[in-house]
Amino acid sequence: MAELTYREAVARGIAQEMARDEDVVFLGEDIAKAGGVFKATLGLLDQFGPLRVRDTPISEQAILGAAMGAAMTGLKPIAEIMFADFLAVCYDYVANEMPKARYMTNGQVGCPLVIRFGGGGGLRFGAQHSQCVENWCMQFPGLKVVSPSSPVDVIGLMAAAVRDPDPVMFMEHKGLYAIKGEVPDGEIVDTLGTAKILRPGTDCTLIALGLMVHRALAAAERLAAEFGISAEVIDVRSLVPLDTQTLLGSVARTHRVFTVEENPRVLGWGAEIVSIVADEAFYDLDGPPVRITAPHIPLPAADLLEDMVIPSVDRVVETVRKSLSS
Amino acid sequence: MARKPARAPGAAVALKANDDIGEAKRLEMYRLQVTIRQAEQRANDLFFENLIKGTSHLSIGQEAIAAGVAAAMKPGDLSFCTYRGHAHTLARGVPVEKVLGELMGRDNGLMRGKGGSMHLTSVEHGVMGSYAIIGAHLPIACGAAWRSQYKQAGDVTVCFFGDGTTNIGAFHEALNFAAIWKLPVVFVCENNLYMEYTPISEVTSVEHPAADRASANGLERIVIDGNDADVVFRTMSKAFEKARAGDGPSLIEALTYRHSGHSRADPAKYRPEGELERWKEKDPLLIYRERLRQFGVAEAQMQAIDAEVAKIVDDATAACKAAPTTSADILFTDVYADGGWAWRN
Repeated sequence: MAELTYREAVARGIAQEMARDEDVVFLGEDIAKAGGVFKATLGLLDQFGPLRVRDTPISEQAILGAAMGAAMTGLKPIAEIMFADFLAVCYDYVANEMPKARYMTNGQVGCPLVIRFGGGGGLRFGAQHSQCVENWCMQFPGLKVVSPSSPVDVIGLMAAAVRDPDPVMFMEHKGLYAIKGEVPDGEIVDTLGTAKILRPGTDCTLIALGLMVHRALAAAERLAAEFGISAEVIDVRSLVPLDTQTLLGSVARTHRVFTVEENPRVLGWGAEIVSIVADEAFYDLDGPPVRITAPHIPLPAADLLEDMVIPSVDRVVETVRKSLSS
Repeated sequence: MARKPARAPGAAVALKANDDIGEAKRLEMYRLQVTIRQAEQRANDLFFENLIKGTSHLSIGQEAIAAGVAAAMKPGDLSFCTYRGHAHTLARGVPVEKVLGELMGRDNGLMRGKGGSMHLTSVEHGVMGSYAIIGAHLPIACGAAWRSQYKQAGDVTVCFFGDGTTNIGAFHEALNFAAIWKLPVVFVCENNLYMEYTPISEVTSVEHPAADRASANGLERIVIDGNDADVVFRTMSKAFEKARAGDGPSLIEALTYRHSGHSRADPAKYRPEGELERWKEKDPLLIYRERLRQFGVAEAQMQAIDAEVAKIVDDATAACKAAPTTSADILFTDVYADGGWAWRN
């Protein structure tokens, strides 16, 4: 057992898979010599050499295109897109190419790769370097989308993503790189498509992702301590495949559901979950499902403003308390 | 067809002495060009019979490039094509029936109707896909070449694209990327003078949209006659040699002309009067028949090839018309690698 930061877990997760399989290669901007702009890939160049850990130019289309071509023909690339926001620069590969290759070719072509990127706000980077873009990814059939909230999940889900035969979008949260967590020794392999109940509860279910998992957990503490409300907290972890059964099972026990989302409101992943709950668990509900999201505006940079946008612990507590007491 | 036809007398003997290509390779390239021409014409006819829906982009007039490139490729080399990709797919040996079947949405199609005209793919023939978003496949071809380099597999990747592609970002990203990583990839620009409906010269800062950008990436400037399969073959052979030697990518601009419009919907009225006629005088099949004559191939032998191909195309057409339409059973298959489409439990 060791205590690792989320950032260190990224390098360990990639190293675990590269050591296991020579077909796993890693490319991106500043990932090799510099060890990544978030220092999440330090040491990989030294460990695996310049043929497997390759710096690229600032060419996001070339990065994703090359990853795809390599994946189609036998490698298992991990491609880094530095800030999640930059996915928009190479969106063709996310939207048109990688997810559709297998289907369009009637199964002739596979695309086993991982695209990892740092998303999320709270670091005062402004509207183009702070977004949670999981919603940009989950709308395309053919992609898988995961986002770990803890160091151990970074390693386990990275391993699952690399070993998965489909293209996986792997969103790390920049606001979590510094957090620490216990990580067992030895190989860690998790399973895509599994949500985790992090805190059991009886009065309501809070479904969160990434940084919001931590805020939901903190909110649950306070709801219990200050208001006697027992909130179950679920880390959804994998948006595609989605572990609907765990979510519905929880709602069947607590009868109330809240999503805690960092993304702007419209078409957020929580809307899909709420829609599923409404369709399939309507009669389990004692009250309306509630989405706690960022308002539908771009993210501002200044402390005060950004803090007003991203759901805070206070906001989660207040929303849940009011909703349950009304 | 086994009987050797009588040879034309005269100059052919002298020419043959210096022939680097040889009769067998020339006949192969002739057959490929005839196959493409006849299959494309058939695709056009089937459109007018309403047996092919959607859109379709023909390569009539551009056959020499697909044929010359394919003839210079080895088994295991990979092709990345565009939405105008019937020619390059056929040139790698994919049966006409599979291509027409896909265009017609039949169950015997290359992808059983899931891809359509713009996405022809046959991995077993090294055809790694036809890409319908302009420029998208240049970086993808880099990735395939990277795999070859990394695995020391020895194969080379060819990436076809049109002149219009040279003005999109992915083109420039891919060239730089391939050059700095010295990837075994050959970029083949088919400059048919029009980006869709607009003359490429009106929207491009340089005379040769691909070749004049080569130096920006440290590559040689190569412009060739894309209507002469021999020229294409020779140029490609050199580029393949370079790639296999580990000396990196090449960018080749092949000048050509499409006899039809951009797509099925385009009557090509934007072309100046007489332009099509002038290019028809440089029809790759006319050029190649003359070349074969010069090298002593008898008219009868060419006609025999024409007739063989015609029969193949007719048989393929009949087979496609008789084939069942694509099956509803495959609607939900192969979204994910487990064969299905489940995105949730």
